[in-house]
Amino acid sequence: MDRLVFLLATGFARGLVIALFALSLVIVWRAARLVNFAQAAVATVAVFAAFAVTGATGSFWAGLAAALVAGAVLNAAVERGLMRRVPSGSPLPGMIVAIGLVMVLQSALGIAFGPRHRPMAAPFDERPFVVGGVPLLSAYDLFVLVVALAVVGLLAWLFNGTSLGLQLRASAAAPEVSRLLGVRVPRMVTLGWALSGAVAALAALLLVPTELGLNAHSADLLFVHAFTVAALGGLDSPTGALVGGVVVGVLVSLVTGYVGAGVAPLAVLALLTLVLLVRPGGIFAAAQVRAA
Amino acid sequence: MTATRPATAQETEETAVRDDRPAPGPARRLTRTQRILVRAAVLTLLAVAVTFVLDPYRNYQLAVVAATFCATAGLTLLVGLTGQLSLGHAVLMAAGGYGYALTVNAAAGAGLDGDGGASLARVVLGLAGAVVVSGAVGGLLGLAGARLRGPYLAGLTLAMVVALPALTAQVPALGGDQGLAVPFEGVPEALSRLIVVEQWHAWVAIVVAAVAVTPLALLRSGRAGLRMRAVHGDETAARLSGVSPARVKVGAFVASSLAAGLGGALLCLVTQSVGPGHYDLAFSLLLVVAAVVGGLGSLGGAAAGAALVVLLPWLVDTVTAAVGVPADLEQRLSGNLAVLVFGALLIVVTLVWPGGLARAATRRRHRPRGRTDAPAASPHPTASQPLER
Repeated sequence: MDRLVFLLATGFARGLVIALFALSLVIVWRAARLVNFAQAAVATVAVFAAFAVTGATGSFWAGLAAALVAGAVLNAAVERGLMRRVPSGSPLPGMIVAIGLVMVLQSALGIAFGPRHRPMAAPFDERPFVVGGVPLLSAYDLFVLVVALAVVGLLAWLFNGTSLGLQLRASAAAPEVSRLLGVRVPRMVTLGWALSGAVAALAALLLVPTELGLNAHSADLLFVHAFTVAALGGLDSPTGALVGGVVVGVLVSLVTGYVGAGVAPLAVLALLTLVLLVRPGGIFAAAQVRAA
Repeated sequence: MTATRPATAQETEETAVRDDRPAPGPARRLTRTQRILVRAAVLTLLAVAVTFVLDPYRNYQLAVVAATFCATAGLTLLVGLTGQLSLGHAVLMAAGGYGYALTVNAAAGAGLDGDGGASLARVVLGLAGAVVVSGAVGGLLGLAGARLRGPYLAGLTLAMVVALPALTAQVPALGGDQGLAVPFEGVPEALSRLIVVEQWHAWVAIVVAAVAVTPLALLRSGRAGLRMRAVHGDETAARLSGVSPARVKVGAFVASSLAAGLGGALLCLVTQSVGPGHYDLAFSLLLVVAAVVGGLGSLGGAAAGAALVVLLPWLVDTVTAAVGVPADLEQRLSGNLAVLVFGALLIVVTLVWPGGLARAATRRRHRPRGRTDAPAASPHPTASQPLER
């Protein structure tokens, strides 16, 4: 029972981070109708930027800021430099370009930093608090939880409560009409990419100290989890991403705790296959698909 | 393989000449199927002839290229004709490799463990096992893929590649991280004076690759290819014309998996082992690179792409070793530099040069031939189909 509570709590915290990463995929999908397969590689580059800045200044917070900026700038550059030039009409070229980008970024990181895992210290204590004899979350888990919830809330407010969010949603849903109404659609699309890059970088940075470890491929698994989440919730639905993230996080945590860490990827694959076979568009996908 | 590339062009010239000969009536003309079979036979013989001028290590590389070609040919057909992007063809190759290893080991355990005829029978049985396993995995994936669009299939196949090491670690019969070893297949008695084992393996690889790819060429140029293109172009229109998109997609996926599975079996035969380490995400992406850079939908391009992804990493390692960079840097460059080049190629080809090597070759070949019998020698047989009938 104690174990169950502990696993559920850590799974929830981890699930929120996966949800954050999935949200970043949803943001790009809504802005550009494209799954950014390079998101994990971009996030890893941003985490390496954080690693370098933290190493130079000694401050985790400076590194965090650097990761956010690096993720945003890199994704904006990807959109302006590459994705804008991709022929539209078929999703294939966009995916292939993103895969090429993954290869370029990961191999460049491999050349620059070598294959070793770099140690990255968490800014808070990682030992779990014990409440009534039951080990629960650690201080770092709590930090992750608070940050993830805050960012999810911030994104919800940005998209639903501000004029900028309205413009972002409008240019994704109806680019032509938005342009006629004076929305600078290309700028909004770039902004969406930048936002998504920052969120992805944050998610990767939160998981690197405790789980992923830092090397060129550290975010690959996070991407697979996040894609599962996005597929679970439907690529269009932020709520779906949030719920799906928690489901996947708890599933991974329970399977790891009760069966073994080696089975977790298989459980995720089984979940993804099941969801895609039952509801190919995702559980939370709106029935009427927007034809944008 | 670099030696066989010019041979491809040369050979198409040859068939073109054959067609240009004064034919008294339509009966003298080769049908499309016959032409593809003749071309395949000539190419196979040429490739076998090439093995005589290569040293053992080159022959080993040729065998690996042939094995990779099986998978890239299947992938290029799948992506180019039906538009289904699979990032998991490495898993299908692994399925073929494991199918081969399990069958061969079972056969060896059942008493089929000698040289000569027993060795040949074992290999044939193993290839059949590879076909069964990869066909089953590909069929299941294809069923899923037929329901999925765009990014979902790519994501599902990606998740499969990432989960492969977990699967092999969990199922004891698959031998964990080490994988499975298979018995060494030596040169048959009758040939042992003539050739060494690397050349023999290259022969086997070439013949199996021909057997794997020729059906794809037939599919591609025939009615099935037309259906695949129709489904890719517009599913609704295809359905209205009486084509079932689901059936076409599953069929394409299975055909593609069978070729990839045979490729995996060959790789297992040549390297005498199969394990999860080789079939990782990076390798899976390399197969995509080969298909895209060669030109999506083109089998000749898939061959060139396979040669590229096998030989370039080796070339990079050779050059860095020859230049004499520091050991630490050399270790970092090894593997990574080639992947960097491949990634850049993938981006550049998609954005600037869609159609890849195949398109470039076609353009060069078409220009001087515009006046003569261009359609018959066209590398896209469907384009010439209406003229033939």
